[in-house]
Amino acid sequence: MSPNYVAKRLVMIVYTLFIVSLIVFAITQILPADAAVMMLGENATQDALAALRENMGLNAPVWQQYAIWLGHVLQGDLGTSLRTGQPVGPVMFEALGRSLLLALLSIGLMLVLAIPLGIIAAVRRGKIADMVVSLISYAGVALPEFVTATIAVLVFADLMKWLPPTGYVPLTENFASGIAHLVLPVCVISVILIAHVSRMVRSELVDVLHTDYIRAARLKGISRGQVLRRHALRNALLPTITIVALDVGYLLGGVIVVEEIFAIPGIGRQLIVAIQARDLPAIQAGVLIMAATYSIVNFIADILYAWLDKRIQYD
Amino acid sequence: MTDFTKRLLRTPQGAIGLFLVLLVLVIVLLGPMLAPHDPETLAPLARYKGPSAAYWLGTDQYGRDIFSRLLIGARATVVMAVLATIAGTLFGAFVGTTSAFLGGRADELIMRTIDAVMSIPSLLFALLVVNLLGSSTVNALIAVAIAFAPGMARITRSVALSVRKQDYVNAAVARGESSAYIILREMLPNVIAPIIVEMTIRVSFAVMLFATLSFLGLGAQPPAAEWGLMVSEARRYMHLSAGILIWPSVAIAVVAVGFNLLGDGLRDALNPRT
Repeated sequence: MSPNYVAKRLVMIVYTLFIVSLIVFAITQILPADAAVMMLGENATQDALAALRENMGLNAPVWQQYAIWLGHVLQGDLGTSLRTGQPVGPVMFEALGRSLLLALLSIGLMLVLAIPLGIIAAVRRGKIADMVVSLISYAGVALPEFVTATIAVLVFADLMKWLPPTGYVPLTENFASGIAHLVLPVCVISVILIAHVSRMVRSELVDVLHTDYIRAARLKGISRGQVLRRHALRNALLPTITIVALDVGYLLGGVIVVEEIFAIPGIGRQLIVAIQARDLPAIQAGVLIMAATYSIVNFIADILYAWLDKRIQYD
Repeated sequence: MTDFTKRLLRTPQGAIGLFLVLLVLVIVLLGPMLAPHDPETLAPLARYKGPSAAYWLGTDQYGRDIFSRLLIGARATVVMAVLATIAGTLFGAFVGTTSAFLGGRADELIMRTIDAVMSIPSLLFALLVVNLLGSSTVNALIAVAIAFAPGMARITRSVALSVRKQDYVNAAVARGESSAYIILREMLPNVIAPIIVEMTIRVSFAVMLFATLSFLGLGAQPPAAEWGLMVSEARRYMHLSAGILIWPSVAIAVVAVGFNLLGDGLRDALNPRT
């Protein structure tokens, strides 16, 4: 891995965020909402509206508004919420922290379950274990999160009363209760991830097990378990890094629904509230933060991959 | 063609997938004729009924027949998903093929831009577009199509890149054909098979995305019999009768699994190595 490659990927992140900022700004420009009316209410006088528009720079040409907004963003000022009058940056980042906790726990659970499932399915290809894993993965793709979440609440909270149905308790406040509130959301998010990743692990491992070097290792007299651990898994699990990183895109979409259903004040819920209230600065900040998170995770994954896989020479 | 059908039916995925998709197709075409009850007739005395001879799957919180609502809602859910997938695919395929044909810096620029667009989760993208255009079924269709286009463009490009190197494309370039002719007449037809596989699988994502939009109140509006909306409405009454929640969920699952299996089956059938 050359420094050149890292630099190239960094330039790509900057370009990505630039495009996202353009899209976000364009979308919020077309939104049929007048920021001045939103702040002063429907009954404001024309004079007051005109004065506020002038004050907020809404009369300037669009590209100028974009440049000013971008300048503020680069200085770390993501704007002020039209709904609450508070700066959106700190609110969004605090919400992002809660979402990341949810996402990290889900990825953790997924890794613990999906990789062994994929390995079992590949090693026992065509046997019952393989079919069971296939069935699980189809169940995962068949049910959207809002269905699994609703059913999970019905079964484990309403009927069994094992877990709290919705809500969020900070872990620092009450650890046990905080974890109890996170169990259902984490399980719901993991289901689709497990389905996807176990399927990928299986197909990668099946491919690797058919290569010549695995056959050569077996012919050398190394036991199946040894070959699997020392040769096959290393090569089969590498692409999983990329898959998991790409799944973060899905994950960020998934948390929107799951946070809404379980009433978790994460960035997804903040965004839904912002979108419903047409709170432009909050929408802009939220989308930008989500896209940045995705880009950074994928950057780290690519670097990690290049570092682990010595065969790849990027320039 | 018969040989192809045989290859498709040989795998369990292909056979089950084809069966489920055909079943869904029949329901979409004949659903309103088959429905035993009117989907929007309220029956206050027959609320939360379990399955019976009159109401095969029971009734919902307003006493409406769930089975009839599912049969009629198939159109709203499945047809929209298929249309949105096709629209997104056509646009994405065109961009992907063009990018592969142009190559070099233009290709690099287009692909990096697509990567950038893809860094916004598709559900969020759809939410923004729907909010921008107002929540209605047609707008939800546009939103899902736009959200799908970048992913399809990426896949099409990778297939088109290998087609680009083929002799018949070089021959067309040598003949002095226009870029538009080469992209539309020489390259697109040859990248279609893998795209159809991807498209089939994506219909199931579209069904879910639509259902999710309706669930969040940004797609179909009550009293429509859209399946996602039915699940959403059932949430408040699910402790009174689980059937209101279960049956629309099952319907969504059947469609999603059907298209997924068919896609997997098509991939195997089209892949000469298997």
